[in-house]
Amino acid sequence: MSVEDLKEIMEGLPPAILPAIAHWEADAEQLTIQVEKGALPMLAGHLHRKHHARLISEHVADERREEGCFILYLVLILPRDKGVVTCLAEIEPLYGSFPSITSEIFAANWFEREVQDLFGLTAEGHPDPRPLMLYDDWPADRYPLRKDFDATVPIPRVPSHYAFKRVEGEGIFEIPVGPVHAGVIEPGHFRFSVAGEPIINLEIRLGYVHRGVEKLSEALPYAQGTFLAERISGDNGYSHSLAYCQAVEAAAALQVPERALFLRTVYSEMERLYNHMGDVAGIVLDTAFTPGAQMAYLLRERLMGLNESVSGSRFLRSLNCLGGVRRDIDHVASLRINAFLVKAKLDFNDFKMKVLGMPSFLDRTETTGVLSLEAARQLMVVGPVARASGIDIDVRRDRPYAAYKDVSFNVPLHREGDVQARFLVKCEEVYESISIIEQALDQIPAGPISVHMSAVPEMLARFSLVESHRGELMHWILTGAGCPHRHKVRDASFMNWPALEVAVPGNIVPDFPLVNKSFNLSYAGNDL
Amino acid sequence: MTSDLSHLSGELKERAKKVLGRSLAIREVDAGSCNACEVEVNALSNPVYDIERLGVHIVASPRHADLLLVTGPVNRNMEIPLIKTYKAMPEPRIVAAMGVCAISGGLFKGSYCCHRGVAEVLPVDVFIPGCPPRPQAIIQGIMEALDMMEAKRQTERPKGILP
Repeated sequence: MSVEDLKEIMEGLPPAILPAIAHWEADAEQLTIQVEKGALPMLAGHLHRKHHARLISEHVADERREEGCFILYLVLILPRDKGVVTCLAEIEPLYGSFPSITSEIFAANWFEREVQDLFGLTAEGHPDPRPLMLYDDWPADRYPLRKDFDATVPIPRVPSHYAFKRVEGEGIFEIPVGPVHAGVIEPGHFRFSVAGEPIINLEIRLGYVHRGVEKLSEALPYAQGTFLAERISGDNGYSHSLAYCQAVEAAAALQVPERALFLRTVYSEMERLYNHMGDVAGIVLDTAFTPGAQMAYLLRERLMGLNESVSGSRFLRSLNCLGGVRRDIDHVASLRINAFLVKAKLDFNDFKMKVLGMPSFLDRTETTGVLSLEAARQLMVVGPVARASGIDIDVRRDRPYAAYKDVSFNVPLHREGDVQARFLVKCEEVYESISIIEQALDQIPAGPISVHMSAVPEMLARFSLVESHRGELMHWILTGAGCPHRHKVRDASFMNWPALEVAVPGNIVPDFPLVNKSFNLSYAGNDL
Repeated sequence: MTSDLSHLSGELKERAKKVLGRSLAIREVDAGSCNACEVEVNALSNPVYDIERLGVHIVASPRHADLLLVTGPVNRNMEIPLIKTYKAMPEPRIVAAMGVCAISGGLFKGSYCCHRGVAEVLPVDVFIPGCPPRPQAIIQGIMEALDMMEAKRQTERPKGILP
């Protein structure tokens, strides 16, 4: 998107908003609009309706010491050519409130609840102001992401009550599930209201794995931040550390060597491969077709072994560093990967044929857990979940990072929005990933794999988007002295969790695990 | 790796039988982990490791469990569910802290809502190091836990059953 296009957006603004705009500027990357907070809902609504802008993040930074106020950042992305619009609004600390935009852009719902919890700022007019991240027994006057928050003072537990939505009527009862689940999965609470087998309503309560990642990051030097980023969500840790590195490198205006970009592409796809393999295996397992599932689990185990033999870590950990990568793939390793992938592709073909030839699998997955295109658009879901509901988005193609502009690949798209569509999208992405790795290893240029990190200027806001196996994730960093002043992380799961609440009702209780698995969302990435 | 694994698994099978005379039942609780530890615990059930064949079961209820496998630094929101799970287990019970976070808090040490590992909340018998520990390391840790179990059974009889 050119600067002219972005300027055109400014010219097209409705006259009522214009007096509220304090300042704006456009460069090749993005359009930044500083606006009075009162006009924020109108501006956001206009950008959403007129330009189909999609919400990436809404978050606050405590800049009371620097600017004398909190600053609310609203990051929106435009479709197709993917220009970015950032709206800023000052929030005076004295009143401590901002107008909610949830009625204009529904996807802002959880973002605003999160801001309320962590900053103690009120989203006025928010339809559902219950706590989200901090647990019910958190005291009302402690806000961890404020700069004057003192972590050494013990935080008492105060008695409280979290009001779940109640469905009433004859024969309706509730099934509470979690936070400790029957299987080995992460903690979260699901409250089903059912009438016999069919689910009438599902409410999801998360926040059980909240560890205070964003606050910890504010005290970690940039070089160490990559390790924390890897542990935001373990299985897409490589994507998180990549997004962190890219955001810091953008702030330092650092040029990463070509070879490192290709290596990052290869590692990203290796991560996607082993995770997609686990996802499709899990879906098949939940339809009770165990032999089929074990075929994919075996492949996944082999892929993790490949990860280890190439990088030293089954989870591709500690590979990224600021300015490049830590480990090269030499010629021998590259041959090994290629030989492995040829075999893996054949094995995966076998798996897919066996599973898709199984009527019981098709019967369980077709029309189960449908997420309609309309709902997917409203909730602004990302990743394979969006692509299975007919939304054609993929960061790798739309805003190429690493070496994605140098490789060619398809973005699989399905429109049914059911479990099977999500299964098929993931299966097709496996082939694309294999192809991307082969292409990248084929044309990888010689040269250094990292450069020395230059100094990072202070008070610069930079963000980076990465397509993890769950979808688009974002790291947004406002730089400080040696470490981030504010580090906002938004995992793909944060956008996709609310969609599960929409896809599940109408299905029977035994299908819930299947639908949940097909979304495969991270609790840790959501809760931070 | 394969010979390593077959050696490990043979030993595990024998020890489970010797100590318990039956299978070992494990309940896993995520107390703030990043989910990588969960991936590795799940890997134990894949066809390569397949610990079910060795008489080790991962069970759904703490009421059935001998061993509590805890991952994560124990964050504020999972502290109470973790303690409730522990209390629901029959004695003698063993607690294993798995991964760096569960051992010391790891990177999350000093966070406003995390403990410095499981030992601040529950009595830990076995520590399984790694970030995350490899499946082989978890098997090794389970064997250590079985030894602890034996020692516990020698010293403390379950209350109310035998004099």
